[in-house]
Amino acid sequence: MSTESGMADTAEILVTGGKSYADVSDDVCRPLESFPTTKWWVCFIVAVCCALMGAILLTRTFLEGIGLWGLNHPMGWGTDITTFVFWVGIGHAGTLISAILFLFRQKWRTGINRAAEAMTIFAVMTAGLVVLTHTGRPWLAAFWLLPYPNQRQLWVNFRSPLVWDVFAVSTYLTISAIFWYVGLIPDIATVRDRAKNKIRKFAYTILSMGWRGSSRAWNHYEMAYLIFAAISTPLVLSVHTVVSFDFAVSQLPGWHTTIFPPYFVAGAIFSGFAMVQTLMIITREVFGLKNYITLNHLERMNKVIVATGLIVGYAYATEFFIAWYSGSAFERFTFINRAFGPYWWAYWIMASCNVFVPQIFWFRSMRRNIWVMFIVSLYVNIGMWFERYVIIVTSLHRDFVPSSWGLYQPSWVDWGIFTGFVGFFFTLFLLFVRVLPSIAMGEIKGVMDSPGSKAEALNG
Amino acid sequence: MDKQLEGVLGFFDRPEDLVTAMGKVRDANYEDFDAFTPFPVHGLEHAQGLARSPIPWITFFAAIAGFITAFGLQYWTSAVDWPLNVGGKPFNSWPAWIPILFELTVLFAGICTLLALLFFCGLPNIKKRSFDPSLTNDRFAILIAMPKKPAKAPKRDFRAFDENEAQSFLQKVGAKDVRKVYAQGWF
Repeated sequence: MSTESGMADTAEILVTGGKSYADVSDDVCRPLESFPTTKWWVCFIVAVCCALMGAILLTRTFLEGIGLWGLNHPMGWGTDITTFVFWVGIGHAGTLISAILFLFRQKWRTGINRAAEAMTIFAVMTAGLVVLTHTGRPWLAAFWLLPYPNQRQLWVNFRSPLVWDVFAVSTYLTISAIFWYVGLIPDIATVRDRAKNKIRKFAYTILSMGWRGSSRAWNHYEMAYLIFAAISTPLVLSVHTVVSFDFAVSQLPGWHTTIFPPYFVAGAIFSGFAMVQTLMIITREVFGLKNYITLNHLERMNKVIVATGLIVGYAYATEFFIAWYSGSAFERFTFINRAFGPYWWAYWIMASCNVFVPQIFWFRSMRRNIWVMFIVSLYVNIGMWFERYVIIVTSLHRDFVPSSWGLYQPSWVDWGIFTGFVGFFFTLFLLFVRVLPSIAMGEIKGVMDSPGSKAEALNG
Repeated sequence: MDKQLEGVLGFFDRPEDLVTAMGKVRDANYEDFDAFTPFPVHGLEHAQGLARSPIPWITFFAAIAGFITAFGLQYWTSAVDWPLNVGGKPFNSWPAWIPILFELTVLFAGICTLLALLFFCGLPNIKKRSFDPSLTNDRFAILIAMPKKPAKAPKRDFRAFDENEAQSFLQKVGAKDVRKVYAQGWF
């Protein structure tokens, strides 16, 4: 496809409704400049209440200990690490959309990249909180997490995947936040220049750092943006790879597999796109952004979901095949136990939500049906949470020696804390769509037809 | 208060017109000129004669610095300061350090790219206010700026800056609305 005709094709599809540059600013800034709707308040209050409940339960955990959770021998990890991997995974879609699709010159990313990046940052923040609090004594964790000179004169163990994970997740959070903020600067300047209220103007002036849109600045800006995309691309692939090392480097059957890095990365993209889809469908509906996040955008997302869903399904099958082909009795037992043991229901929730349900997207009419894709995206979110639950719980609960077997039952505190983290994530996201432009106006304007080409088309 | 004249600003409605006009402004040999746009307009950097941004060099050296730092940190703590036998592995077990080598390389590169970007764009900028709210919305402008001070040894002879001449020049190259702008801070 030649770039020229390609640009003309997509420019037509990307923004519908014959919008002008000023319309883009008006439409995107409107939710920021009006009093929040009742719908927003309802969502916000529910999210804050969930987050508060999580905070209270975490406080109780810190006071009394993690005995409040369902963890016990042999289950050292349960819903805590499941939830951590879940949120880190979700955090992959944003940077994938911003960076990888940018490098591949996929202009349709402009409608969704800003909100997806925000989602990434909030998901990684949530994941960071989960993993810090799951230690039970987070104030002591810094000692073995970060290499800092301390009174014990000991250093962290750089051969440990858990330490790699600390570096991977914190680097990812930092770089994603930089990428997101750099992308926001010109758009915050737009909001600043529209602001009537003095305090509002002041706040956005500070946030925009006084950006003026000089072409000299744009020249550097575009170069820096390209570099951020280039360094984020391997970074996004590395994060879940390192997360998978937490498992794969161990000796446990069900965890000790070389397929884990690509399998985890595909799963992360899969779950991230599903969460972006869930959020985009709601955002475009509530804020009237259907001309910017169009059905074509959603359809392309659905194609990514079905493609990555198939990779995930292929990984499930490969794991089973290798369990048989390896000839290892322990490996074989683990996988049979996974699908038909005490946690069979979790396995089949995972398989149906992640592999079977998304196959509906082979039909174009289903890919373009808002209700269908909304429900499928929810199924995928659930399925991907269960994938991590299956990997962690079914591998840990029955290892080599039957005398050390056990069963795991999350306590109500586990579920309460999980809900609290969901509330935390949504609180951040709801605040974001209220105070910052949730669509990259500058980028949208850059891929639109210029007013000149429209006038020329009218004149013949 | 006496306002300091910053230059003459001419507005355009369409990015193509801006690029065409910018080429003419450049050819007219003014000493200092710039454009202000709500989004990056492609082709403008060539019309304006802007050099390629040096940011990649900074990223490159920062990445090398990150790599060396990561190796130094891991080598020194694991093999020099307190060598600890972990599972019989050598003290300098560098394959286990690859993930952190990679992460710190990217981290240094990213942070330094951000700092370089802020430096080259003159951000945070509190001294120069945006000229017009429409410049971050839907209009484009060229500024023919008053040269800061007479250059000691100009590389070549520039066209002398005269505000009235610059105004009529901008009108001639198609600017819709031409006005004098004055330096003003944000606060």
